Amino acid sequence: MMNLFVILLSALLVNNFVLVRFLGICPFMGVSKQVDSAIGMGLATTFVMVVASAATWLIQWFLLEPFGLPFLQNMAFILVIASMVQLVEMFLHKTSPGLYRAMGIFLPLITTNCAILGLAIMAVQGNYSFIETVVFALGGGLGFTLALILLAGIREDLEFADIPKPLQGAGIAFIIAGLLSLAFSGFAGLV
Amino acid sequence: MEDMKLIVAPSPHIRDTDRTEKIMFSVLIALLPVLVASIYLFRWDAVRLVLLSAGAAVATEAIFQRLRNKPITIGDGSALVTGVLLGLIVPPSLPSWMIIIGSAFAVAIGKQVFGGLGHNPFNPALVGRAFLTASFAVAMTNWTAPFDAISAATPLALGAARSNIPNLFFGTVAGSLGETSAVAILIGGIYLFYKGALDYRIPVGILGTVVAMSLLTGQDPVFHLLAGSVLFGAVFMATDPVTSPITVGGRWIFGIGIGLIIMLIRIWGSYPDGVTFAILLMNAATPLLNRWTRPRIYGQGVKASE
Repeated sequence: MMNLFVILLSALLVNNFVLVRFLGICPFMGVSKQVDSAIGMGLATTFVMVVASAATWLIQWFLLEPFGLPFLQNMAFILVIASMVQLVEMFLHKTSPGLYRAMGIFLPLITTNCAILGLAIMAVQGNYSFIETVVFALGGGLGFTLALILLAGIREDLEFADIPKPLQGAGIAFIIAGLLSLAFSGFAGLV
Repeated sequence: MEDMKLIVAPSPHIRDTDRTEKIMFSVLIALLPVLVASIYLFRWDAVRLVLLSAGAAVATEAIFQRLRNKPITIGDGSALVTGVLLGLIVPPSLPSWMIIIGSAFAVAIGKQVFGGLGHNPFNPALVGRAFLTASFAVAMTNWTAPFDAISAATPLALGAARSNIPNLFFGTVAGSLGETSAVAILIGGIYLFYKGALDYRIPVGILGTVVAMSLLTGQDPVFHLLAGSVLFGAVFMATDPVTSPITVGGRWIFGIGIGLIIMLIRIWGSYPDGVTFAILLMNAATPLLNRWTRPRIYGQGVKASE
């Protein structure tokens, strides 16, 4: 139990996928303009992370390893992630068209979110058990959501700020992300 | 009726004389006891670091605004406060060029790139300190004993059992220039509270959580209150009106969150103290806290009864 808590806390804060490992920067920058779409994006990514890492764990230990096919790992994992994203996309399209439009191109692009593939591969490299993999994915997804809504909250507040022209938009977002990352470095060594 | 002047004006109808300059001036006065204590304890190093830091902060603000062709607002005292605060939270042995870089970074990246005072999401002085800690880890942890500049360990490194509480209270221990003397910080804090420039909820939230967490984990609560940057951070840093929540509920959550993160880092983290990081992290959450603790408008959000 303690072990699972450590894995969760590590993926959530100490080794936050965005702010400490610097994975998944594109949706982090792309969908952080509004808090509402950031929450939707974060939860969609968390869902894909949990389901995809569970599926990739099964594929890795019941398919790739027994048949000596670890070189197919990347391809197999990307295929699984892509189909999960397709599922989420269809679901959102039907149930929440507003959110679907707000996320736009970044929804199908969850497929290429390196944080998800990175998470699946790290879970395999860390020799995590099935439960540990799911907890790790949950922590990683919630950590991604946390970073995304923190940045979105700050960016929404800056809507009427007199930011120097060259830094408006992505420029200031990268500066905020850097300062957030500096703040997250305080968690180093927690677990 | 003809000679009666009825003026229609939008709210606010009640005004007072508080201005940015006035609040910044109160903060500077509240910092005086801390400044005196730091000069008494660390002599010329305190004078050198605070003056350089304040000078660099004001100069950076002026240069930045000049380059952008904006009105220069160094007269409001906010850059001066940032500079003095940063000067007081660094170790006495910090080289002069480092404090100048840190202070310039604090004002330029911590505040001016966001459009100046009122828009910065993070406390600029703490941005400067976090930047210095990340860049010059050795110089930022090179502590010296008060009165004579020989190397010494801070109370947090020594631990509660080997620290003397009265020394912690009066500040005759190793540490950052302005953070060692609890009594000077308390005098400043009481003055700020009396002037109405400090909301008690945030410091009470932080200090209360630190005490509760120490008791829960079986540590000395008085030691954790007095050691490190807890008091200075709770009184002067976390209460920055720009980077703390504006709602009552938000302020309680803000204070309690800072206290929790401080103790999390102190007990389990690799840094000896987590006040800087804790306040920066809760600064980042401030827009969300403001958003989610918005008071209900009277009469709204309640289901109408039949």
